[in-house]
Amino acid sequence: MKKKKFKVVVKQEWCKSCEICVQICPKKVFVMDHFYSSVRDSNDCIGCLQCEKLCPDFAITVTPIETNDNE
Amino acid sequence: MDYLQYLRKDKMPHIWCDGCGHGIILKSILRTIDTLGWEKDNIALISGIGCSGRTPGYVDFNTLHTTHGRAIAFATGLKLANPKLHVIVVTGDGDATAIGGNHFIHAARRNLDINVIVFNNRIYGMTGGQCSPTTPTLKKSTTTPYGNPDSAFDISRLAEAAGASYVARTTTFHVAKMDQYIKACFLKKGFSVVEAYSNCPTSYGKMNKETGRRGVDMLLYQKDNMVPIEKAKDMSDEELQGKLVTGVFVDRNIPDYTENYSIVKQNSKK
Repeated sequence: MKKKKFKVVVKQEWCKSCEICVQICPKKVFVMDHFYSSVRDSNDCIGCLQCEKLCPDFAITVTPIETNDNE
Repeated sequence: MDYLQYLRKDKMPHIWCDGCGHGIILKSILRTIDTLGWEKDNIALISGIGCSGRTPGYVDFNTLHTTHGRAIAFATGLKLANPKLHVIVVTGDGDATAIGGNHFIHAARRNLDINVIVFNNRIYGMTGGQCSPTTPTLKKSTTTPYGNPDSAFDISRLAEAAGASYVARTTTFHVAKMDQYIKACFLKKGFSVVEAYSNCPTSYGKMNKETGRRGVDMLLYQKDNMVPIEKAKDMSDEELQGKLVTGVFVDRNIPDYTENYSIVKQNSKK
């Protein structure tokens, strides 16, 4: 089975650097970049949506990427 | 899902502190509304004063920001004037049980068809971390720096005893359960309460080191100390000390206020 891919975006203007996403993510997709959370590598994301649901500041969005079966 | 469709984007980012759990509960409410497919114009969101009272400012429904503790009183009038509205009250622990304690228990007694989400962070966060009726015994706050001598209110058991139709409790860490309980609460006819343990790193975490200083530590503390209500039944009081008992406390079908009121109206015409 092909691995599903997800696009992870952090809206840094709304991030308050509480580091919930950094510590909750099971795949360590997030790192702290100076003051704000930023995405290290979206390819590691398994789409559990824990970060999106637990981010209190509406700053994280995770969307599945539509992949072509022929690829 | 897209949360932005329900938010007033010009008011964002919100004023809640970093790591505050209130945003997580608001998200859960918005997710549930999205799943149920309710129209924005058919929802009324009402709050009192406090950190939780900021919620209506950020959402794009019919909203009311009322006086301290009187959110349920305003909601009662709103529901009776327009029974088709989905009336949701968001209230804090101090707002629901200290200043508005009477409104809370009497609305539960009448079994009025409103949904109450209690943001329980166990402290008065906005005014500087004073001790609230739900601050656990011997925990510290700015007004009880050597420990709180009082015992805490159990909001869920209070609502259950007062006659609510649906009462459930969850924590901000357990978001999947929160979604499930809030959905059941919204669909229930009668007074339904979801008490969500929130985390207040700025006021509560600062004073009580064992929960952790930061929001994420407090979330993990909730994860480690949560006990489901089914398991809690077999545990002694000593074992339950400091634990967070969560689950569905009551789910019963009893006639609600509007139903009884229509019977009274019919009787008066005979």
